[in-house]
Amino acid sequence: MNTHAKPTAATTVRPKPPIAMLAELTHRCPLSCPYCSNPLELTKRDAELPTEVWVDVFRQAADLGVLQLHLSGGEPASRRDLVDLVRAARDVGLYTNLITSAIGLTERRLKELDEAGLDHVQLSLQGTDAEMADRIGGYRGGFARKMQAAQWIVDAGFPLTLNAVVHRQNLHQLPRAIEMAVEMKARRIEVAIVQFHGWAMENRAAMMPTREQAAEAGRIVAEARVRLKGQLVLDYVPADYHNDYPKRCMGGWGTTGLNVTPEGKVLPCHAAETIPHLTFDNVRDRPLSEIWYQGAAFQAYRGEDWMQEPCRSCERRKIDFGGCRCQAMAIAGDPAATDPVCIKSPLHGRMVAMADDFAGDDAAVLTYRTGP
Amino acid sequence: MEDFIPVIPRGVRLHFDRVRDLWVLLAPERTINLDPVGLAILNEVDGERSVSQIAGDLAARYDAPVDQITTDMREFLAGLMDRRIMETRP
Repeated sequence: MNTHAKPTAATTVRPKPPIAMLAELTHRCPLSCPYCSNPLELTKRDAELPTEVWVDVFRQAADLGVLQLHLSGGEPASRRDLVDLVRAARDVGLYTNLITSAIGLTERRLKELDEAGLDHVQLSLQGTDAEMADRIGGYRGGFARKMQAAQWIVDAGFPLTLNAVVHRQNLHQLPRAIEMAVEMKARRIEVAIVQFHGWAMENRAAMMPTREQAAEAGRIVAEARVRLKGQLVLDYVPADYHNDYPKRCMGGWGTTGLNVTPEGKVLPCHAAETIPHLTFDNVRDRPLSEIWYQGAAFQAYRGEDWMQEPCRSCERRKIDFGGCRCQAMAIAGDPAATDPVCIKSPLHGRMVAMADDFAGDDAAVLTYRTGP
Repeated sequence: MEDFIPVIPRGVRLHFDRVRDLWVLLAPERTINLDPVGLAILNEVDGERSVSQIAGDLAARYDAPVDQITTDMREFLAGLMDRRIMETRP
């Protein structure tokens, strides 16, 4: 039940069109990373959108104003029609980014993706050596296959971003991950400390970085940004729980981007299904433009009318929009509450204690993602 | 820098955003809205002419001081190079 969506002047202003769309083509994946951002309830193959529906969604997205398309999953290479989907996305002018573990990408397939017009490849890194990467990814031999595919990606001339997901178990490898990005001639590295949504929520005790690790990661990134200026771009997602102010989640709810799930549900962010009172439109039932401008889930937390104190009168409300709605749901039990990360939240102290407790739990074991 | 030839690298492209009615530069995880000056510069980047040659051509076309155009170009291109959105070759 949505009790706080009373339209007022602020919410009836037409939202701006979205810039980015994340297309989760499939939940299937050869890896089983314990921090997977997919929901705990995974979509089965036979429920995935067929090629022609995705192609139509891409056209609708371009018409709506989307410029950047991120093809993700699961592992998008698990879709046999990936090359056709890339071609269709380019045909309608979308900047097409493949977010991949590279497992399942052969040299021949990369050549086909190149011919189809793929703009950019974002390669995930679970660790900087086989021992770590294969353990975190839950796939023996995965690291070797990934490194081979990385070479093919670079040889094909694709611009490459390395996406290093770091947490308590592999944060000591961060300097080496940055070095690897340089060696691979990547243009960018995204250093993302695990955000606790999806499967990562199940693994907070095993993956929560210590406060010292979180601070050290910030220093390493800051130093590398100076040292590698003009050579490697570093984007950084800091440790959420250890912060004093919440993340600027999605750049504001329903302002910048949208997600489409493998079965066609359209979400304001990948974790939005954890908010139980929201209902989500499906691209099979409703035009994408209507979903963006009028869909109940998108309208729910646009603007500021939904905010409570301390957000409502806070000078930072235009900076971070009260933080993450899914985290407010998960920790405070109320998606309209202030993100408990915020130092102004009454739950901030609990968040700090939780972060320290999880980070100190040396006995915790990884819970791996399962298959759909 | 004036002697170098700017090159738009692979994975970066000019795109007319028909929904917002403006030219943008699309790059990995970045979308840069272009003002008329930025667009005029990028339209000249052909991988053949150097910064000073382009500045000279733009100065003649717009009847503007070449020093000012060179300064604008240097600033604009350096900003893109820092973000790996522009490359140069000798």
